[in-house]
Amino acid sequence: MSDISFVRTEMLPPKDPPASEVGVVGWARANLFSGWFNSILTVVSLYFVIKILIGLIGWAWVPTWSATSLPECRVIFEELGRSGHNAGACWGVIAERWPQLLFGFYPNGYEEGTADLRWRPVLAFVLLFVALAPVLFSDKVPAKLIYFTAVYPFLMPWLLWGGTVWTPVSAALGFVLGYVVYKALAQSTSELIGLIVGVVAAFVWWLFVASLFSSALASVVPLALESVESRQFGGFMLSITIGVVAIGLSLPIGIVLALGRQSDLLIVKTLCVGFIEFIRGVPLITLLFVASTLLNIFMPPGTNFDIIMRVFIMVTLFASAYMAEVIRGGLAALPKGQYEGADSLGLNYWQAQRLIIMPQALKISIPGIVSTFIGVFKDTTLVSVIGLFDPLNLTNAIRADADWNGLVWELYGFIALLFFVFCFGMSRYSMYLERKLQTGHR
Amino acid sequence: MSTLTDPPKESFRLSMLIYDTRYRSATIQVVAMIGFMILIGSIISNTVHNLTDLGKEPSFSFLSEPAGYDINQRLLDYDNQDSHMRASLIGLLNTLVVAVLGCITATILGVIIGVLRLSSNWLVARLMTIYVEMFRNVPVLLWIVFIMAILIETLPAPRAFRGDTPEATMSVFDSVAVTNRGVYVPEPLFHNSLGNIHVFGDSALRFDVSLDLMAFLIVLGGSLYASMRIRKWADALQESTGRRPTIWHIRAAVVIVPSALLMLVLGFHLGYPELKGFNFSGGTHLRNSLIALWLALSLYTAAFIAEIVRSGILAISKGQTEAAAALGLRPKRIMNLVVLPQALRVIIPPLISNYLNLTKNSSLAIAVGYMDLTGTLMGITMNQTGRELETVLLGMLVYLTISLLISSAMNWYNNRVKLVER
Repeated sequence: MSDISFVRTEMLPPKDPPASEVGVVGWARANLFSGWFNSILTVVSLYFVIKILIGLIGWAWVPTWSATSLPECRVIFEELGRSGHNAGACWGVIAERWPQLLFGFYPNGYEEGTADLRWRPVLAFVLLFVALAPVLFSDKVPAKLIYFTAVYPFLMPWLLWGGTVWTPVSAALGFVLGYVVYKALAQSTSELIGLIVGVVAAFVWWLFVASLFSSALASVVPLALESVESRQFGGFMLSITIGVVAIGLSLPIGIVLALGRQSDLLIVKTLCVGFIEFIRGVPLITLLFVASTLLNIFMPPGTNFDIIMRVFIMVTLFASAYMAEVIRGGLAALPKGQYEGADSLGLNYWQAQRLIIMPQALKISIPGIVSTFIGVFKDTTLVSVIGLFDPLNLTNAIRADADWNGLVWELYGFIALLFFVFCFGMSRYSMYLERKLQTGHR
Repeated sequence: MSTLTDPPKESFRLSMLIYDTRYRSATIQVVAMIGFMILIGSIISNTVHNLTDLGKEPSFSFLSEPAGYDINQRLLDYDNQDSHMRASLIGLLNTLVVAVLGCITATILGVIIGVLRLSSNWLVARLMTIYVEMFRNVPVLLWIVFIMAILIETLPAPRAFRGDTPEATMSVFDSVAVTNRGVYVPEPLFHNSLGNIHVFGDSALRFDVSLDLMAFLIVLGGSLYASMRIRKWADALQESTGRRPTIWHIRAAVVIVPSALLMLVLGFHLGYPELKGFNFSGGTHLRNSLIALWLALSLYTAAFIAEIVRSGILAISKGQTEAAAALGLRPKRIMNLVVLPQALRVIIPPLISNYLNLTKNSSLAIAVGYMDLTGTLMGITMNQTGRELETVLLGMLVYLTISLLISSAMNWYNNRVKLVER
């Protein structure tokens, strides 16, 4: 018996997978047409997407960028053979008015004898990113840049409002003075005394000495920018300024409020909780009404803040309450062992907060801080209700011009697009941060 | 042998208020309290001083003066000779109407969008992502004025409905007229109406209670209760015999038949809007301002709710579903008994804080002229009477009350569903 068997000695070449399972077809089968329900869903949404896109592109793709008025746009539409109320977009208004939407009535040099000062907000905005870089991208920029971050809060108001350079310098000197007094007294007597006297010294400087000091120096070394009044602020510049000021100031206030809410001191805790819940319980618009009508009544007779200052104050208070809640979330998320570890090292309350608790709590709450910022930035549009010229209110001013009377979509679309770019960028950044920070925990 | 001695009594020195941690907290609190008192005191004294200078002593007597302005969208009867108090009440009701309507539609939309964002359908998931990002990253005020502009600019005017070959026709079986002045929907009417009960006489709080509505609610409540008892009975039968009777048709009949009978007896019919002259009359008129605000708030909040729903569903680990399936539960029961109760625990707290935001955002009604609390009390009433302090403080107080009520409901619910941990 010959047992010859045949064994294949080489592998068969693998067959290609069925054409319906790979490539575009396979992907579409898996992701778009995986069942009758999904197929209907896909077809219906495709129909709507295509319909909307055709309408939108047809409306937007028109050569009206150089038109100087709405009637001129209408002539262009007639030539294209279109008619009707919404025949197409009249982009001329954006081409002509975008500087106004960005800068409001900031001096633009259009009139005789005035200078174009718009480089100042632009510079302030660019420097903002330089100042934020050590915080946002701490691993990519030199650490020395943090000194610029410390200077920036005094530089920005000077660039925006102008005036003599000695005003921000003397304001900064108040901080330096307070710190020096605190250091000196904290060494010789106690921390608490040092803190209290330091704060008092700084306030005495700001209230009584600073204006004398700056005017004296200004008369000796007249180093000044042309000053710009608050009511000339407008457009996106105003939104960004309100947003940046509110967030910048609300962060420290929010930290203090959050610590107060977490503390064992009953009265301090009650005050903090009352403040936070009150601010969070009322709409921002009522706080803006307070800014526009009541804040001057609350102040000592004779003081008169201009409306933008009052809006800054109220929006800052509003943002601090939300910030406090975000930071409280970060504090609550820290394991109890961190607090106990700090105690067992013998650190006192402030040392523990500064060295152990806050760095971690802030790190956890950065996404929340960013989303608070997005919220505040979006809410700056509300100032149009009390008559400030934010982008939304500027559209009314533009429509009041006979050339552009009746334009809606182009202006709203442009503003929406700018807001979207800012807010979407920030939310993507916060996602990037979340991913970056998550690696430490898993 | 040891001698017991009392520890030496420390004498109290003033410096211990600062150096001794036992007393320091008291010092800090007293200082904080004094600082707070000084702040409040100075604000009050400044206010009194400034108001006296302006010749406006604080007083709430303006609330009983005639308001003198009209409110075109309202729930209760009102005319311009009614008091400011009445006008504010109408405004408050308008705030609550748009808040409740907005919360309902935002929840429905948000749940649908949140679920669809997790869909396996690539196109639908992407579209929903675009929706969410589009609405979340643009200010709600912009959406409100934008939707208002859409309503005014693109919808047909009432006169387009006229003539033998009109340019526009009414939708839903000729019952709803969608025009650029608002939407006209049919209103419920009764031939044999039971009439109304007038409550609170002639005061600012007066309102009418429709007996028809009351009768309908009582009958409906009774039949729902009966339907629940039937289900309980079926449950008990299933427990004891293992056989579940088919009850859905009985339950449906118990709910529907009595209400339908009542409707028949009362002579229920719909009052359709009709074109009279250049405008519609009859039916209920929902003005553009209400619709724009309602739509914008719902669409905006729905984007946030969608994210909450999505994260709630993603928060339930796959093991839960698999374990439930291993126990032999069917997919529907897995959803009802395992996934939803856990997901809801994650979803509800942020959901309610979004309701809170929606209610607060409804104050933006002022941008489209919807007369809510901000538009009446803090708008026209403030401008007419010049009582900024009283109106703004009163308005803030009302909003604060609404917010605190909602958030205490949230805390109550949170405590009820909270996991009991050891």
